[in-house]
Amino acid sequence: MATRLPPIDVVLVGFGWTGAIMGQQLCDAGLDVLALERGVWRDTPTDFAPTFAQDELRYMWRHHLFQNLANDTLTIRNNTNQQALPMRRLGSFLLGNGVGGAGVHWNGQIWRFLPSDFKAYSHNRERYGNAAVKAYDMTVQDYPFTYEEIEPYYDMFDKVCGTTGKAGNLRGQIQPGGNPFEGARSSEYPNPPLPLTYGPTLFAEAAAKLGHKPFPHPNGNMSRPYTNPLGVQLGQCTYCGFCEKFGCGNYSKASAQTTILPYLMTKSNFSLRTECQVLKVEKTADGKRATGVTYIDSAGKEFFQPAEIVILSAYVLQNVHLLLLSGIGKPYDPKSGEGVVGKNYAYQTMGSVNVFFKDKILNPFIGAGSLASVVDEFNGDNFDHSGLGFIGGGYLAQMNTGGRPIEMIYTPEGTPRWGLAWKQAAAQNYLRSLNISCHGSMMSHRGNYLDLDPTYRDGFGRPMLRMTFDFTDNERKMSAYIVGKAAEIGRAMDGASSIKAASRKGSWSVVPYQTTHNTGGAITGDNPRNSVINKYLQNWDVSNVFVMGAGAYPQNAGYNPTATLAALAYHSAAVIKNQYLKNPGPLVQG
Amino acid sequence: MDAKRFDRRGLLIGGVLVGSAGAASALRDGQLGAPPQNYSGTLPWKEGVADVPPIAEPGGFRFFTDAERAFIEPAIDRLIPPDSHGPSASQADVHVFLDRQLAGLFGRGDHFYLGGPWPKGTPEQGYQSRLSPAQVYRATIPAIEGYVREKFRGMKFIQLPVGGQDQVLKDLESGKAALANADGQLFFTMFLQNVLEGYFSDPIYGGNKDMAAWKMIGFPGAHYDYREWAGRHGQRVPFPQVSIKGRPGWSEA
Repeated sequence: MATRLPPIDVVLVGFGWTGAIMGQQLCDAGLDVLALERGVWRDTPTDFAPTFAQDELRYMWRHHLFQNLANDTLTIRNNTNQQALPMRRLGSFLLGNGVGGAGVHWNGQIWRFLPSDFKAYSHNRERYGNAAVKAYDMTVQDYPFTYEEIEPYYDMFDKVCGTTGKAGNLRGQIQPGGNPFEGARSSEYPNPPLPLTYGPTLFAEAAAKLGHKPFPHPNGNMSRPYTNPLGVQLGQCTYCGFCEKFGCGNYSKASAQTTILPYLMTKSNFSLRTECQVLKVEKTADGKRATGVTYIDSAGKEFFQPAEIVILSAYVLQNVHLLLLSGIGKPYDPKSGEGVVGKNYAYQTMGSVNVFFKDKILNPFIGAGSLASVVDEFNGDNFDHSGLGFIGGGYLAQMNTGGRPIEMIYTPEGTPRWGLAWKQAAAQNYLRSLNISCHGSMMSHRGNYLDLDPTYRDGFGRPMLRMTFDFTDNERKMSAYIVGKAAEIGRAMDGASSIKAASRKGSWSVVPYQTTHNTGGAITGDNPRNSVINKYLQNWDVSNVFVMGAGAYPQNAGYNPTATLAALAYHSAAVIKNQYLKNPGPLVQG
Repeated sequence: MDAKRFDRRGLLIGGVLVGSAGAASALRDGQLGAPPQNYSGTLPWKEGVADVPPIAEPGGFRFFTDAERAFIEPAIDRLIPPDSHGPSASQADVHVFLDRQLAGLFGRGDHFYLGGPWPKGTPEQGYQSRLSPAQVYRATIPAIEGYVREKFRGMKFIQLPVGGQDQVLKDLESGKAALANADGQLFFTMFLQNVLEGYFSDPIYGGNKDMAAWKMIGFPGAHYDYREWAGRHGQRVPFPQVSIKGRPGWSEA
């Protein structure tokens, strides 16, 4: 029997980026906030100090900071004709766990979606016709708000993170050296770009030669010491090359730990409980209000925590799982197309081009998470898609994230995977090759969704989450197109002797690492028939439940998801503070 | 917003590593493994506590039997043979690395989900065995020796000429080798990955002896600060290789 705890104003389920943002915002508004985190406390000096952080085996390959699948996994399949089986080993995506969540081990890539990305349905329909947004069983939808509405919150996140970069569009004025395609920014980046290492420099020169407009990747890796508006300090990046999949030992990568927690943890109206797994959101008899959450701690004790507001701020897959287990919202049915929870699950369509040089020493190990040159000519609707047979696109970037040798030795086309020829190719090419990342969008499709598995159960006896997902020809054609453009840049690079291109082909596989950009399943929309949450991330049915994260995205844009989910959290917090608290109830009439 | 400043550089300087590696990391690794904690009013931090890496201990073999070593040691040297560029896998102690990994948490399937049922999956569904890595090695090596015995008239893998050894490994890789009660392709995928891990990971885990694999490719290792070199294009970084264990601040209390 669960022990009933004293009630609290707000309970946060999960304590990564969105949990930290909502905790800070709502504590500053005077509310008593409790965060429940299933993992452990983690912080820089104890958990990823520079004395032992540069350890590829432990963090990348032994998953030390990641979700342990022995305790929690999901089932996976490509389509409804298959039986879903458990994801037994992390591969395609690397889920986070513990305080800071996946934001501990990200690269710090801070992108805004394009204004047209928020209108993916109406924009593409208007320009290319109805068939363009309905082909391949696409279920693309518009966001219920515009880029302009959330721009102030993107700006807020930039200032908290100390984002480095060069504006390309400052209040409507196109700026040289920045991304000319981006939506209008209200202010310049808080910090200047990182210095470019050799690979990104060669990429930028080749791209410019082809008429593109390369620019430095916007990111949360500090180009200089920075103090954010919360008074928290970050240090200058030292380009150690251990960023994504690792915690930063140097306070140089924006994370909940390095930007918000030192401020939030000292607030007397905030508390955090670790090793506490929320099992269910409890509701009133009429199902219209949440009464709180039931959780179990690592000592095996069960508690009921009453709360006025329940905020689901775990990773997208956990948030959707909890909605389904708690009976909040109607589950999506791919046959009828009805129901909303689990609908429009999407991902990212990744491709790559390796470029090899005979006599250039590139020193790939001098890196930072998003130390890169980028071109955005082939992202979103920045180019004419007429006759191409797909919508969407992606950015192309020469990212110098590091030269970790188990993961990042590139060998030319035709090299065997082992033996003397492999060894010689590895010795020859490690210092003399680079990778162009082709980071593509993923539209939503009728057959891609999340629901509860009928067979497999988790350690608490609950049905596992089931993921049914595959790429379609929209993504495969898009990937072939943008990888082709990256190959042109690769061939144009000074001194390039050969390239090796890989676009997205065949079905999605859980085996090779692609990216931890899972989206959708708890999408935002303009009415309860097409979405789980309204524009303020408030659930349509249970008005004191708010659902954070990339689950809100009706489809995934060709950019990394973090800045947008942070902006949506700030947007939600502003409306909770300014409207909801005065008059609790639905903020948008369905 | 509160304009209070937080200077955490001071904390970093004191970050000396002490404590029992095994116990500390087992406790901290993964959810629902440590006691529940309540944090309020302050940023929690304890002096002298760090989540230090689990270091491979020296000494004899912990996992492999002699019969298994008679397969493993020649096989890893076919995957990474000796030549003038750098050491072979066994010269870099990759077999020691494999032994310690299989005797430890990885061997036991830490971070794998191994619960049933276990129907055969599609290639896209990835690892679908009920076996932990240690069980995969233990079950597959005798099955490979059985396959070799049958195919090469009673010989053992170690007795084959290198061309024959390569052929056996290729047959495992392609799935062509039909093994009794074991999945040769699943084994090969794991084996090749583990050999690369042993060759290129930090020497604290038992392989990459003398950091020779890093020297071969030109990776300086666990360096922390390349700021001076970010803008020097095309020049070789002259830093000697360094392991986590060779770093200032390392102590084995």
